[in-house]
Order: sequence, then structure tokens, then C-alpha cells
Amino acid sequence: MENEKNRKTSPLLALISPTQFILGVLLAFIAGAVFLWVFGESPADAYGALFKGAFSSKRYFAETLLSTTPLIFGGLAVALGFRCGLFNMGVEGQIVLGGMAAAYVGYAWELPLLIHLPLALLAGAVAGGIWGAIPGYLKAKHRIHEVITTIMLNYIVFQVAAYMIAVGGPMKADNELPVSPDVLPTAQLARIWEGTRLSGGIFIALIFAVLVWVFLFKTRLGYKMRAVGLNSSAAEFAGIKPGRMMVWAMFLSGALGGLAGAVEVLGVHYKFYSTFSPGYGWDAIAVALLGLNHPVGVVASAFLFGVLRSGSITMQAIAQISKDIVLILSALIIFFTATNQTLRPILERLTLRLDTRRAK
Amino acid sequence: MYLEMKNIVRRFPGVLANDHICLEIEKGEIHGLLGENGAGKTTLMNVLCGLARPDEGEILIDGMKVEFGNCLDAIKCGIGMVHQHFMLVPVFTVTENFILGNEPRKGARIDTARAREMVLELSEKHGLKVDPDALIKDISVGMQQRVEILKALSRGAELMILDEPTAVLTPQEVEDLYRIMRSLQEAGHTIIFITHKLQEIKEITDRVTVLRDGRVVGIVRTKDVEQVELARMMVGRDVVLRVEKDQHAPGEVMMSVKDLRANDSRGLTKLKDITFDVRAGEIVGIAGVAGNGQEELVEVLTGLRKQESGSITLDMQDISQLNPRERMYAGLAHIPQDRQRRGLVMNFSLVDNFLLGYEDLKPFARGPMLDYREAEKFASKLIKMFDVRTPGSQILARTLSGGNQQKAILAREFQRDPKLLIAAQPTRGLDVAAIEFIHNELIKFRDQDKAVLLISMELTEILDLSDRILVIYEGEIVGEFKSGQATPEQLGLLMAGSKKGQM
Ligand SMILES: Nc1ncnc2c1ncn2[C@@H]1O[C@H](COP(=O)(O)OP(=O)(O)OP(=O)(O)O)[C@@H](O)[C@H]1O
Ligand SMILES: [Mg+2]
Repeated sequence: MENEKNRKTSPLLALISPTQFILGVLLAFIAGAVFLWVFGESPADAYGALFKGAFSSKRYFAETLLSTTPLIFGGLAVALGFRCGLFNMGVEGQIVLGGMAAAYVGYAWELPLLIHLPLALLAGAVAGGIWGAIPGYLKAKHRIHEVITTIMLNYIVFQVAAYMIAVGGPMKADNELPVSPDVLPTAQLARIWEGTRLSGGIFIALIFAVLVWVFLFKTRLGYKMRAVGLNSSAAEFAGIKPGRMMVWAMFLSGALGGLAGAVEVLGVHYKFYSTFSPGYGWDAIAVALLGLNHPVGVVASAFLFGVLRSGSITMQAIAQISKDIVLILSALIIFFTATNQTLRPILERLTLRLDTRRAK
Repeated sequence: MYLEMKNIVRRFPGVLANDHICLEIEKGEIHGLLGENGAGKTTLMNVLCGLARPDEGEILIDGMKVEFGNCLDAIKCGIGMVHQHFMLVPVFTVTENFILGNEPRKGARIDTARAREMVLELSEKHGLKVDPDALIKDISVGMQQRVEILKALSRGAELMILDEPTAVLTPQEVEDLYRIMRSLQEAGHTIIFITHKLQEIKEITDRVTVLRDGRVVGIVRTKDVEQVELARMMVGRDVVLRVEKDQHAPGEVMMSVKDLRANDSRGLTKLKDITFDVRAGEIVGIAGVAGNGQEELVEVLTGLRKQESGSITLDMQDISQLNPRERMYAGLAHIPQDRQRRGLVMNFSLVDNFLLGYEDLKPFARGPMLDYREAEKFASKLIKMFDVRTPGSQILARTLSGGNQQKAILAREFQRDPKLLIAAQPTRGLDVAAIEFIHNELIKFRDQDKAVLLISMELTEILDLSDRILVIYEGEIVGEFKSGQATPEQLGLLMAGSKKGQM
């Protein structure tokens, strides 16, 4: 008995979050199968086609990683905001704005590669960052809720973006299409896999996941942000300025959103047009939720959503199943990860019991 | 036997909170539950009220085995609990909180008129006066507690569990609670009463079960034991229940407060031109009934609230315009009254909580990074020094027992080595041994020629520790005494505003 008392906490506890993640996804797929079955489709065929579409060839797999990239950035953006207690619903707008700024620097300035590419990325980050910092400031100074302001700022960006490349717009290229001129080669992200569109952006995204992890859990600023996010009264009591942290958090969150857009423009499209993001910013919210606002979780769930996105296109083509089923799946995943929070204590007890048994 | 808990075992990661506990409760008794911080009292009661499942063991009511999946199951068996930290919705009225989860209906709508009547009826019956229309956030803690008790009663609680109900009450409110408890007992209710105050155990309970380290170490009839014996049983050694301190000559003025005026959040004047000094090597106690401006005073002194006028100097430096962090660095530390709101980030690990306020200082700050190896060392040191009962520093603060949360805050704030320590209810929720320790620390601190401003609703604590006592009433200092000159009666009268009085 004494033995048992002196035991350190269980290493198994570290497995709870991954379990929660996997369980959420699994339950969603099961429920999705029920939906398919009710609609008279074969779940096996549908899922088969989905995974075939995501993995079965080099090109398909590259497309999967390609949509994973902006989702990692976007997911990190939302997660970072959440860690400071802020709900950044403006990632979609930040993506578009970031893409726009990166494209402009990419085509309008002539610079050597080593400066041009980083500068274009930076422009995207700063544009997104400022766009994020505005709601942060409004929240800190005037207590206006960030959900409202971020969504409203989205609409401003969408309209500005449309105007920029409309006939007579300042960023319009010399052709009939509503697009910007092509980004100069010195500002393009290199393709890294022959015969596919995959660019080095995926590595930048992974590097940023590591950076965000270090930032949140190892730096002073990250620490302060988390303190504000979990209990701003206590943070304030300890001399941390909650308002300032909010502005910073929203700036960084917006910057990550801006980077998502910049990497997409500089690595995939090489030009800006107003609809280049197929809603990555909205998926990003689900990515962060499923990833439990942890960079590792975000990478994993971004990959899953990448699979869903790229697989769904093929699924529609081969199995003739509307790709909207993927929307249902995404919704189910969110639903189950949310409800899974209630499972957490149960999982904890379970691990504990396993652990006591193992110790005996 | 009305209720039996047999061989209850409940584990947490790294902790055996309840180690084969047996508890027997007779019908109609007031049963005390006593034990050190972290002994497992709250955990055992959570098991009893259905909030937690035991890993092993069983519960019998009137000899019948029962199993509770949740609180509703327990309340169906007549078991209700008033928690250490209340569970009321601050922006709801008393009535709304009262019916929450159990709303009387008229068709699809909530029958508010009927609900209001129910509150009045019940409060009449048990002599628990409450205003059914007041918002929870506007009423005193004592009132909130009544609402919790009424709520449990309305669900048909036969057995009432009160987890440290007196920790947050003023002495007057404690008296009221005794009265309520006795009237409930007369009406046939059974009560389990948790407290760390031995005189309360003596005063109100019939029997008491003592826990230590997750186990039962004694079950006694209250009238057969002395307080010191109870203390020995629960701690395992002799405890000095009275503070021993020598005279110490105060030195220079450490903090000087002049004509301080401040409002509360609703804009009402709460501090009316207060002036006082605290000297080095002096403990100054502020006695007063809760809500007479103490909270505002502390907030203004620490920089969490702006004063309307007046000045504050600390060690010759004017700090009235500094922000909380700058005041901290200027030599001010503060033990907040509300540990869960101000003192700790409940979902932070213990290490992260210890870092609060240190994160920009050497050796923890390294450029933009935090040195967690240093932080871990720091954490182990504080845990050891202040005897925080925890399986490790990575544990979330939320999972610590109430008293151990308090110890963690104390450890952190003492460690700042301030010139002046503002201690608001520093021993709230602590067991006798921990109180002894903290009182000694405060006196040691004073003996190093530092200053302490002590704010406490415990009159005995104020009387025992203070070298000088100030009485605050309606935002004014209405009396000042040297140590040994004041009697509790005198203080009590002044605190109540002499004749003006409270109801
Ligand atoms: N949810 C939890 N998760 C992990 N450990 C817990 C949890 N709740 C309690 N514990 C641990 O169980 C032990 C007993 O805690 P409990 O709250 O029952 O003590 P207590 O006797 O009520 O103490 P106090 O007088 O300080 O309130 C403590 O060591 C505590 O750290
Ligand atoms: Mg407790």
C-alpha cells in the first residue's frame, strides 16, 4: 500500500489526448458511414474512393499534402488565439489579405531570390498580422468581442480583394482574367516533388508548427499569453497586462493566417485571385478544435482535413458520390471532438485503473 | 446506522486520496470531518454525493447498498452537498439559481411566480432569510451559502454535507450558520460538517471522524476530547494552537497611505480618505466586517484599481502611479483573498503557477525564453518549504486540495522577499499545522524588519498576530489599537459601526 502511495503520476496519461483525437475521428467516420448507408450509398465504396483519392498515386498524395499546408498554418493561427482566450474567426480574411500582399511584393518588386522570397512571405505575414491585431486592439481597449470584429473584417477583405483584380483594379494583370500578374520566379517557392505541384511550403508549415510549440510552451511571451487565456484576473494580478497580450496574440495569429495565404500564392498559384482559398480559413477552426489547440495535434488534424479535401474530389469523380459527404464528415468530426471533452475524465480514470493493475 | 461508507478507495494520478475509508453516520447527528489539507475529506464527500465514483468500496443507506452515477442519484437518496467552492450562476437571481436544474413548469414555460413562492416558503420554514430577487453577485458570501443550503433542501436532502462552510464567513455569519444547522438538526436532518477550526468542531458537532493521509485515524464523541488531542490526532504531533511572538521594536515607516479615496466597480465610494502607516518590523492588522472597503483597499494598494485621490509611498518611493508589476518589483507582495480567481491559474501546472510574476526575472528569464530547469528547481524548493501536498510539480493546480492551493500561493508570494507583504485571509482553508507554520513565517518575516499588512475576518488571527490593529468601517478607519490593548468585544463593536450597527 505504501508503495502505491509513493507512485509518481502515470506515463499513460500522456496518451489521453491522442486517444481523444483518434476516438473523435473514428466515431465521425462511423457516423458518416451510417449517413451514407441511409442515403443508399455504400460506405465501403465511398471511403475506399476517398482514401484512394488521397493516397493512391504520387500526384494524389502530393495534392493531399498541398491542402495540408495552409491548414497547418490556419490551424496554428486559430490555436494560438485560443491559447490566449481569443476566437480568431478571421483566418479566411487573413489568408486572402496575406496572399494579396505576398503576390504584390512578388510581382511588383525585382529583387534577388534570397531577399525576394522571404520578403514576400514577410509581407503576407505582416498584412495578416495587422488585420488580426485590429480586433485584438478593439477587444483589449473597448471590449468588443473578437468573433464579431474578425468576421466583419473578413468581408472587408473579400470586397477589397475582388476590387483589386476587377477590371481597372490596381492589381489587375494585362489579360482578360480577374487575376494579378504572375509572381516573379525569384519570389516563387520551389517545387520539391517532380511531376506534382507540391512546393516547399509544407516544410515551412512544419517548421512553424515547431516554432509555435516553442513559442507557446518555452518563451516568456507565450507563457504570459497562456496565463491570460486561462485566467486573465490571475495574470493581471501577477502584473501581466492582459490587453497587451491580446493584441500580441491576435497579431501573431493573424500573421500565421497571412502566411497561409502567402505560401499558397507563392507556392501553388503564382498569382493572386480573390477566390484562391477554397475556405481553408474556415476549416482551420475545425483543425484547431480537433487538434486540441496543440501544434502537434494541429499538424495531425490538418493532415486529416487535407486527406478529406483532396480525397473528396476523386471520390466524386470515381464513386459518383457527392463530395458534400466530406462536409458532413467534417461536421461530425467537430461534433465528436467537442463531445469527447466529456469523455476525458472517463479516459483518465481508465488509464489510472490500467496503471494500478499494471503495477500489481 | 443511517449511513455507512465501507472501505472507500479513490485514486488520482500519483495520489491515493482515500485509502479504505470507513465512515459511519447516525441519523440526526452533526458529524465533524477533520483532517489535514489534502487528507481526502473533499474527495470522500464527492464520492458520497455522487460527484465521483469510488474505485473500491460501497455505500449503505439504512443498510441498503446504493450506487451513485451522478449527483441526481445521490439527491434521490437524500444526500445534498454545499461545496467548498460554490456552484452558483453569478448573474442569475436567487430564485433562478434555486430552481436551476429543477424548474417548476407551467406548460412549456418556467413558472417563476411559483418558484419565488417556493424559495420564500422554504426560507421561512428553516429560518434562512434570503431575498429571492437579488442577483447572486450582489449578495454576500454568507447569503450565497444560504442559497446553496436552500437549494439542497428543496431537492429533499436529508443528509447535508457542508464542506468548509465557515472558511468564507464572518464571525457573525458563522453564528447564523450554527443556528441554521441546529434548526436543521431539530427538523431531523443529518449533517456532515467539514472544518479546520477545532473550536467549531467542539461547538457544534456530536461526533467527529479524523482523517490523515487518506485514512481514518480516529472516531470520537466530541465532548470526550480536547482541542489539542484532536489536533494531535490529525497532524500526528503536538501543535501549538496559540501564536507565540516576542516584542519587536518597529523601525522606519515602510508604507504610508495618505487620504486614499477609491470607488468600487459600481462607482460607489468605498474608501473615504484613508490614512495610515505601516512600519518596518511591524504587523498591522485590519479588522472589519467583509465589504467595508478592505477589498478595494487591497486592490488600490496593489495597483489593480485606480484611486480617485490620495497617495501611497513604499519605502520613500511614491508608487501610486505604478502598475501592478512595477509595484511588485518595488517590493510589494500580495496574498489575494480569492485564491481561485486571483491567486492561481487553475489549469496551469504547479510550476507554471510558481512562475507567475517571476517570468521576467533571472534566473528564469533567458532572453525571450523561460528556463524550465530553473523553474523546476524553484518549484521543488517551494513545495518542500511550504509542505504543499502534491505528487509533483507538473500537476494542474486545479487538482490540489483547497488548502494546498493556498499553500502554493503563500509559498510563491513569500519567496518574492518583499519589503511589504499584503496578506488577505492568508490562512483561509488551512489546517492547524499549516496555520501554525504560516503564522510563524509571518512573525519571522516581521522580525527581519519587514512590514506586513494583514487583512482578516478572523478576529483571533488579527489579535494574535498584529502589533497594531486598525478597524475599518464603511471605508473609514474608525479605531486604532496597540497589540494587547484591544478586546474582541471592543473590536466587534467598532467593526459593527458601534451604534449605527448592521441589521
Ligand atoms: N481531481 C483531482 N485530480 C487529481 N488529484 C486530486 C483531485 N482531487 C483531489 N486530488 C488529490 O487528492 C488529495 C485529497 O484531496 P482533497 O481535496 O480530498 O483534500 P481535503 O482533505 O479536502 O483537503 P483541504 O482541507 O485542503 O480541502 C490531494 O492530495 C489532492 O491533490
Ligand atoms: Mg477540501
